[in-house]
Amino acid sequence: MSIEQREARQPWILLTPALTAISLLLIVPLMFIVVYSFWLKSAVGADTPGFYLDNWTEVLTDRFYRDILLNTLKIAAITTVACALLGYPAAYFISRSKGNKMILLLLLMLPFWISYIIRTMSWINILGVSGALNSAMIHVGLIDEPIQMLYNQTTVILGLVHFLLPFMVLNIFVSLDGIDTNLEDAASSLGATRWQGFLQVTLPLSLPGLAAGGLLCFVLAAGTYITPVILGGPPDAMFANLVYEAIIRQLNWPLGSALSLLLLIVLGVLVLIYNRYLGMAQLAKGLG
Amino acid sequence: MDDTKRYERLRERFQNGDISRRKFFGLLGAAGAAYGLQMPFARQALAAGDVTQVRFDGWGGVVSEAFRKHAFDPYTEKTGIKVIDGTFPGGDEYLALVRASQPGEYNIAHLSGVFDYARYASFDLTSELNIANIPNMANVMPALMNAFKSITPDSLSAAPYDYGTTGLAYNRKHISDEEMKEKGAKILIDEKYKGKIGGWSDWRTRMWYAALQTGQDPNDIQDLDAAWDAVRKHRDLALKYWASGAELMSLMAEEEIYVTEGWSGRIYALQEQGHDIGYYDPPSSFGWQECLFVLRGSPMAACEELLNFMLDKDTSIAVAEGQSYPPALDPTKVDLGAKIPKLPAFDATGTLAGLTFADPGYWNGNEAEWSKEFGRVQKGY
Repeated sequence: MSIEQREARQPWILLTPALTAISLLLIVPLMFIVVYSFWLKSAVGADTPGFYLDNWTEVLTDRFYRDILLNTLKIAAITTVACALLGYPAAYFISRSKGNKMILLLLLMLPFWISYIIRTMSWINILGVSGALNSAMIHVGLIDEPIQMLYNQTTVILGLVHFLLPFMVLNIFVSLDGIDTNLEDAASSLGATRWQGFLQVTLPLSLPGLAAGGLLCFVLAAGTYITPVILGGPPDAMFANLVYEAIIRQLNWPLGSALSLLLLIVLGVLVLIYNRYLGMAQLAKGLG
Repeated sequence: MDDTKRYERLRERFQNGDISRRKFFGLLGAAGAAYGLQMPFARQALAAGDVTQVRFDGWGGVVSEAFRKHAFDPYTEKTGIKVIDGTFPGGDEYLALVRASQPGEYNIAHLSGVFDYARYASFDLTSELNIANIPNMANVMPALMNAFKSITPDSLSAAPYDYGTTGLAYNRKHISDEEMKEKGAKILIDEKYKGKIGGWSDWRTRMWYAALQTGQDPNDIQDLDAAWDAVRKHRDLALKYWASGAELMSLMAEEEIYVTEGWSGRIYALQEQGHDIGYYDPPSSFGWQECLFVLRGSPMAACEELLNFMLDKDTSIAVAEGQSYPPALDPTKVDLGAKIPKLPAFDATGTLAGLTFADPGYWNGNEAEWSKEFGRVQKGY
């Protein structure tokens, strides 16, 4: 075997464990879901194997699923924008801070040490009728009766922002940290104010990080299940809740499979659009 | 011999020079690989041999605590068989898990309702209990046994264990006993309590109460449109659908909601904790019985021994007092002590004639359509 041939093989040898794992843990189960989506649920007992388009027809033509999907995308978009607005100043502050950068990054990572569910449930103790905020407002005389703040779409978005903000901050931070600060000085020396320097130099250069964080936040928010269950009211369900209900509550695995594939396709298209215009390299940089 | 013992013996042989370093590490590696590659099927094979553990899945919270303290720990102490104690938030979720598992992976479940027994039978998940190995079954109320025998006449897969109701729970600071009795199930669709009403996110319970709210027989709903309208009205007035007993207790205790339907035992537990919560069973309140269901592929002898242990008078009473649900033991045969007769839904006659249970044929026959429809109604449709 020539050196060229050996060199050409080496990456594939190194990739073999990862590709095997992805095939066994992702591709094969996904294929099962694809097959299942064409089966039919029996009223009682085992499902009916075969190739039936009933589930797909229902999922694609029923307004109910379309509305919940659009609502899910709306919540994910609002969450992403909120994360961007809150995350950018934080990331900027961390990237420009001297000396204590590592401590600030550690603080940013700290919430990950606590379970996501516990973090989400903590809002009940903060915003609940007998929670910290209501108690404090009653104590200082701002209100006489507790305000109902929980179990609506706002608290769902709040819970999602709480969960996803670190992902956004980290991605923007990676992008900002890679920008040469001399560029801002150069802009100043050419007569730009600090604000103009930020708007015309720093912000455009950090956009890939912002976009990578945005994509991550959007995909994670759109696929969330537990936040609307804990913090949402009756009409605040998201698309993943439909998948859960179809599979777990209704024991309708074929319909649940079609629903989960639809969500996967929609989010996959968004990732492809992102890749087309910005490339996945920035995302990998942000995650690294 | 357990794995630790095996390792210690191997290490001793190595330290004594009986085996080489290469062989010692080779055997360790082989043991690790064998453990890592052990498939769920292996558990079935092991089930036929010495049984060291049995998996039990239940409702969590105070119910699981009672089971663990009064039944599992003493059983392990007596037999050496460990009880792996899992929990689930609802019967539907658990059935989905069991369907996706290998036989033998799950052993005993604390199932609710005869309709659950019928569903497990329809999925061919039943086992065959040898009643001769469960002598304490003789003390169980015949009414509870007959319900299961009507589904599997030739054999039993479960032992009845307790019963209760899903009645109305209300905060006495805001709703008086008189108002509750006057309004009954309709209080859950009373505009006066908009934003302070809760409800279980279970389609059966929603439809059952919708039947009561529209003056219909829950086991024979004739006007479905009226029932669904009642479900929708409740949804519009409700603050939150609760998904577990723990969430029910939290919502009531924190006064996020003033009224909901609730499980009798959980509400009794709240009352015992000092909360001023009332409990009222309206006419035709949702009665249910729970059983210890042994799943297909389980180690039967160990499971039967555990069932017999749990049906023992002392164990059964201790668990019942702990979880606040009356036991399945016949009160005309067994002295149940002073506390149990005070529990909600307790029936002193042993016939349970005063409770209304869900007709398994009727409810399972409508499951596919109604569970799907409720999924939509729940989300505003």
